[in-house]
Amino acid sequence: MDIPYTVEARPDTGLYNAKVGIWLFLASEVMLFGALFSAYILLRVGATGDLWPHGWLNIPIGTFNTLVLITSSITTVMAWASLKMNQFGRFKFFHACTILLSLAFVCIKSYEYHDKFTHYEIHLTDGRIADGHLVKSTPEQVIIHGRFVEDRKELFDLRAQGASHTHEEITLPRAQIKTMENYGPWHHTYLAVYFTLTGLHALHVIGGALVIGFLWGPGSKLWRQDPDRFTNRVEISGLFWHFVDLVWIFLFPVLYLL
Amino acid sequence: MQTATQPTAHHPESSHHPAHHTEEDAGGFWSRYFFSTDHKIIGMQYGLTALTFLLFGFFLMVIMRWQIAHPNEPVPVIGPLLASLLGSGAAHGSISADLYNSFGAMHGTIMVFLAIVPLAFGAFGNYLVPLQIGAPDMAFPRINMASYQVYLLGGVIMFVSFFIPGGAAQAGWTSYPPLSLTIPTDGQTFWLIAMVFLITSSLLGAVNFIATVIQLRAPGMTWGRLPFFVWAQFVTGFLLLLAFPPLEAAGVMQLMDKVAHTSFFLPTGLAVEGRLAQVSGGGSPLLWQHLFWFLAHPEVYVLILPAMGIVAEIIANNTRKPLWGYRSLVGATLSIGFLSFIVWAHHMYMTGMGTKISSFFQITTMIISIPSVIILTCLLVSLWGGSIRFNTPMLFAMAFLPMFGIGGLTGLPLGLSYADLHLHDTYYVIAHFHYVVAPGTIFALFAGLYYWYPKYTGRIMNEFWGKIHFWGSLIFMNLIFQPMFAQGMAGMLRRMADGGANYSQARVPEAIGGLSHSMMGLHTYILWAAFSLGLVQIPFIINFFWSICHGRPAGSDNPWAATTLEWQTPTPPPHGNFTSAPRVFRGPYEYSVPGHAADFTPQNQPD
Amino acid sequence: MNHEEAEHFAQHVRRYLYVFYALLFGTLITVGASYIPFGNRELNIGVALLIALGKASLVGCYFMHLVSERKMIYGILGVTAFFFLGLMFLTIASFSDLPRNSVTH
Repeated sequence: MDIPYTVEARPDTGLYNAKVGIWLFLASEVMLFGALFSAYILLRVGATGDLWPHGWLNIPIGTFNTLVLITSSITTVMAWASLKMNQFGRFKFFHACTILLSLAFVCIKSYEYHDKFTHYEIHLTDGRIADGHLVKSTPEQVIIHGRFVEDRKELFDLRAQGASHTHEEITLPRAQIKTMENYGPWHHTYLAVYFTLTGLHALHVIGGALVIGFLWGPGSKLWRQDPDRFTNRVEISGLFWHFVDLVWIFLFPVLYLL
Repeated sequence: MQTATQPTAHHPESSHHPAHHTEEDAGGFWSRYFFSTDHKIIGMQYGLTALTFLLFGFFLMVIMRWQIAHPNEPVPVIGPLLASLLGSGAAHGSISADLYNSFGAMHGTIMVFLAIVPLAFGAFGNYLVPLQIGAPDMAFPRINMASYQVYLLGGVIMFVSFFIPGGAAQAGWTSYPPLSLTIPTDGQTFWLIAMVFLITSSLLGAVNFIATVIQLRAPGMTWGRLPFFVWAQFVTGFLLLLAFPPLEAAGVMQLMDKVAHTSFFLPTGLAVEGRLAQVSGGGSPLLWQHLFWFLAHPEVYVLILPAMGIVAEIIANNTRKPLWGYRSLVGATLSIGFLSFIVWAHHMYMTGMGTKISSFFQITTMIISIPSVIILTCLLVSLWGGSIRFNTPMLFAMAFLPMFGIGGLTGLPLGLSYADLHLHDTYYVIAHFHYVVAPGTIFALFAGLYYWYPKYTGRIMNEFWGKIHFWGSLIFMNLIFQPMFAQGMAGMLRRMADGGANYSQARVPEAIGGLSHSMMGLHTYILWAAFSLGLVQIPFIINFFWSICHGRPAGSDNPWAATTLEWQTPTPPPHGNFTSAPRVFRGPYEYSVPGHAADFTPQNQPD
Repeated sequence: MNHEEAEHFAQHVRRYLYVFYALLFGTLITVGASYIPFGNRELNIGVALLIALGKASLVGCYFMHLVSERKMIYGILGVTAFFFLGLMFLTIASFSDLPRNSVTH
């Protein structure tokens, strides 16, 4: 049983089925990420001004990751264009780049997550607050590389402070520690939004990379039997990939720069 | 500048599928019936699963009604069974308040997400849309299969949640935080995970339906010749596609709150059990409500539009005349689809919104009642001058009209923010929406089951028992829900495990406006009506299964003498649906056309 | 694939490269602009989102071929955009239009 218009376009709409399907799916993704962005806006606008963090994320790393994703976008479209120009070898090259770039993105993201999970805010029994990255943790003491602050508010606007604060190695006996919490999603609503948004985005990156990886590898057999069908599949997966890049184009400034 | 490439593979113009074994017919039970990609099998899977959940949700309701009428008394007959299955929540066979709350939350969730939508959209839609547009299958058959399996997974998770320690979710089908997050059991987590699966299933289905209608209409099947049922399903697909994702986002955020201790929905300074909650704070409970209702309002149109589609088909067929106002019907459906996205906060009038934004939502809510009335009017006028055949499907379809009328009209005071101040969260609301869904949508679904049964099985369900089912359901549904309007206006609130006894004049005689003896007494009548409603479904269930092998043979592929394409196939339709690719020459309702020999002309009949 | 179509695509490739350079540039000025002290934080947000919108348009129009897509796709996306903006602005409006003298103000 043949379903019509899987490869050739239907005359009145000018589209083949999967193209309609992927745009419909992307429409739903717009609503998904749109809802998350709306939630972010609401939570931020509703928060007290001086208790909303700025500069908690590393901008050079984020910028680099953005460039990684943008580059993967052009390699994706070039991969499809190569197939359209009947250059299977170049398709293989470009999508190999796409996959490697996606791996790079995920690795860098993991590094960033790790950085947050090892960053602690420690409230001491004498009222001081210590904040820094964990160096070593024993049953008797905790050693961090960070600083002391008097007021919790000083931990929030790091961009305004620039590099004005210095870090040193601080040893804290556990007896003096009242609470100790790392910069995970539970630590602040900003981090909750950050982890949820970038986590969901990263899942989409992984999913997209898996599909592109499949088409690059075992799925590429279809090129010999039905090149147009294969080209269309590459186009569809490319559209998904570009959407993932699009989301990041908004995520990066919103989370890192503002 | 897309280049339309010439396909290198040869695509035959038409597919010939003789009715003997194809490769899809071979294979064991699992590959044929569980892993099938045929839309008709998938439709049946959805149908049987959804009907099972419908029955289960019904049982939950009957037990709840017992508790309301006889608070803390052991449930008769099945009390011991409940105690052994559900543990301390049903100790000694009587329903605890927490268990009542979980029954309430799950009754709503199961009925909406596991029963009605999968039946109306997943079952009827899957089975009929490709047939009615003349397509061999859905555009993406494997995605179709995946959508059913993910739905089943979500349903199993919901069902299993009853049996985990602490039981199922307890915070209503609406899951409002902070309550949903501060109940210390795992039922809510199961609910959220199951919802993610159910939403994914709906999204996959929606993509399929919309793409299929756009791309796979047979030659000659223009938009203006589509049966109204297909238009209804098409708009429903868009509602699911665009309204569900914000709830998925919200579900993920609530899951993060529950499992990762974030504070998306937990405000600063929240106290739980007398102590400050150890959360970061800064969240907003109202944010959940907005995201939830952004879906849940279009969801109610998802519940009603397929039903209207079914009723329209059955009315046209059994009046032997075209539907009146086809263009109005289509335009109204498109308007409803569009407007349904901007009315949602009429569920939130009591949350302290300012007057400007409340007025905005009130205005859009009032406007959306207009296309609903247009549709109802068109269907009613379609009866005028008809040569009506009062078979069982037609009885259900006709009853839908006044029942939906009552349901819709009683929604108007709720849509007006000032009246809603008094009626919000009372039994009036319960009566309103049950009227629309129970003697509304469910009647349409029953009508559809009786009507399309012969296409699936080649037999007709027993008419006598069908009429018993109809009259019994009609009478008892009205007996259940009519009194609730009065109770609601008297101030009886929703979700009270003791049925309102705490607020009754009997317990607090000096209170002003306590629930009167007669209002409380209605609970007993409602319980008997609910039980009787259950009894009268038994002949239907027996009829449904018995008629598969023993029902009166339909006698032809088109026993109702219908015009639409699903009746122009063999019975049951084979893989690929049509023995040769259909071509459409006329509109969907050419009944009693002057000058024609027969009183109906199928859509694929040439001039 | 014949020679004309290959030529046609070579033009496309050039276009993709220009878009790529524009995206790189856009990323750098986004970062740069975020350091400019406009005084008013809202202005920083506005500038960043405007640049992001520009970059997104380039990706959408050229990489995703939206500049030459069919009406059906435009229709689907138009409807989506309307509902997304509805969700965002109506929700924000309901949070900001609160009665005077309420607890949160």
